[in-house]
Amino acid sequence: MSARPLLEAVGLAQRYVLPRRLFAPEAVVHAVAEASFTLEPGRTLAVVGESGCGKSTLARMVTMIEPPSGGRLLIDGADVAGADAATLKRLRGEVQIVFQDPYGSLNPRQTIGDALAEPLAINRPQTSRAERREAAAEMMRRVGLRPEYADRYPHMFSGGQRQRIAIARALMLRPRILVLDEPVSALDLSVRAQVLNLLIALQEEFGLAYLFISHDLSVVRHMADAVMVMYLGRVVEQAPREKLFAAPLHPYTRALLSATPVADPERPRARARLKGELPSPLAPPPGCAFNPRCPLAIAKCRVDRPALEWRGETRVACWVA
Amino acid sequence: MPLLEIEELSVDFKTSAGPFRAVDGVSLAVEAGEIAAVVGESGSGKSVAMLAVMGLLPWSATVSAKRLAFDGKDLLGIAPRQRRRIVGRDLAMIFQEPMTSLNPCFTVGWQIGEALAVHLGLSKAERRARTLELLHAVGIPAPERRLAAFPHQLSGGMSQRVMIAMALACRPKLIIADEPTTALDVTIQAQILDLLVRLRDETGTALVLITHDMGVVAETAERVAVHYAGQKVEEQDVRSLFRDPHHPYTAALLAALPERATGRMLPSIAGTVPGAFDRPPGCLFEPRCRFATARCRDKAPPRQGAIAGFALCHYPLAEGRPVGHPDPDAGRERAA
Repeated sequence: MSARPLLEAVGLAQRYVLPRRLFAPEAVVHAVAEASFTLEPGRTLAVVGESGCGKSTLARMVTMIEPPSGGRLLIDGADVAGADAATLKRLRGEVQIVFQDPYGSLNPRQTIGDALAEPLAINRPQTSRAERREAAAEMMRRVGLRPEYADRYPHMFSGGQRQRIAIARALMLRPRILVLDEPVSALDLSVRAQVLNLLIALQEEFGLAYLFISHDLSVVRHMADAVMVMYLGRVVEQAPREKLFAAPLHPYTRALLSATPVADPERPRARARLKGELPSPLAPPPGCAFNPRCPLAIAKCRVDRPALEWRGETRVACWVA
Repeated sequence: MPLLEIEELSVDFKTSAGPFRAVDGVSLAVEAGEIAAVVGESGSGKSVAMLAVMGLLPWSATVSAKRLAFDGKDLLGIAPRQRRRIVGRDLAMIFQEPMTSLNPCFTVGWQIGEALAVHLGLSKAERRARTLELLHAVGIPAPERRLAAFPHQLSGGMSQRVMIAMALACRPKLIIADEPTTALDVTIQAQILDLLVRLRDETGTALVLITHDMGVVAETAERVAVHYAGQKVEEQDVRSLFRDPHHPYTAALLAALPERATGRMLPSIAGTVPGAFDRPPGCLFEPRCRFATARCRDKAPPRQGAIAGFALCHYPLAEGRPVGHPDPDAGRERAA
């Protein structure tokens, strides 16, 4: 445990108002509600959940692409909401993001040398072109790409190499926080390990704090120090990694763990399959949002929403657990 | 006699840069009622090989094989009209993207009923009854209401259930499922995999599962073929494959899984899968293999016997050690 968190989120929330149809009532989606967490240097917080759980919305708020509609976001002790333009610009340099699809996140008409130099050209205009090229070459070497490739275009690289390029670009401004939005989901198995190793090495070298968004629990188990499980926009369980995998408390966490296929044919299969599907985020069920699919649901779950409460080192939002 | 027989199947594509061999001498036999998996990364030719079986490749592809037969019927020289009697009836396929595989212009009930009308000649009332039965079997709640639904009104998991219902419509003998759960969330993936295994248990339909996910393989398949760069490099039953892989590629893939990691750093495989222009002359895995010798570089590897998992390798592994290798401990320190 380190002294001061790099980033602190308190009750972070995001709501989207959907375009109103004629005579229809206004529709509001609570994409994220009451998310509180901290990021510390050299540590990884994983966010786990299925589609629609709000993990990508969370990434957009943390990277300041979208201002939150509620709650507070403190980066390095400075509140993002009240910050002036200059502070905001500095803070944006501290938080960078790597997206899932390395095919979609690089401009096909820009050489990768230019792609890497661009963040510097915008944020550090006092640097010379030669300095920027040198910095780009240095970063390429650091992520395991040959600097001679600087004049090549993205289509000349494989998926794994493109993800290295995306990571290199995110690190050009020397951020202290990196948001990784499904960074290895689009990669082949044999390349996935290379990129995960690179992320571990970079974290140790630069003391980066990672917000690691993933649906793959075996990757999360390998990478994370702490895990936050989300369901329909709300955090349902938040725990240190060992605690979460050894003794999951929330029935949804348990269901996720049991549904994740394990690469061991000898393991006896614990079948605790979830019934049904995610409800629409437009009309979440009353009470606990998980109650229609929950095997343990009691009458109270259908009426009152449980708050996130401490149970030892774990925080869980459940009446039964 | 196996239900599906594939012997030395090759598929070449005409490209502007010359012919490209996507599938290179692949063999596979699937017995009735069996669940076989074909595992490989992108570019391993696993999907193309199965599309060749279905006869779904574009005109730019040339299919050749020593034998390609389903249920005793030769599929190579078959007339298109004859093939259409088999495909969709005894041999069905499920694709990766349920959202794009369904026709957006027709209702779910109509699309399932189409196969019933074409292959079985059922009447309207019979089709409706059978469609309801199928939707019920694949676990769609309130099937009566879903008959009139259009694909955009369904979630991904529901669409995949509809695809499975379509594949099952004529009680096929074999279903080929190409990454059936890759686009789905894990809790839905578990439901769909359970459904496929249950349907096999109940109806005896054989299943070929194409996937890249070792977890899905371990939990679902009985026998596994591992593909690399268009070739089958190993084939074993699922337990022995995970216990004692015989091809260095399989061994390296399994070692790279985070759940098998012993340290913080994962043992990764250097480099990438060879493409059309950088195919090595000898063994295709040689540039990435930690046991590679000059022989691997120059000479295409032989097919080993059943005891070595039919590994396509000069020095197949036994308990992690390369058999017949001049220096069996060569790859050790690089792996450590």
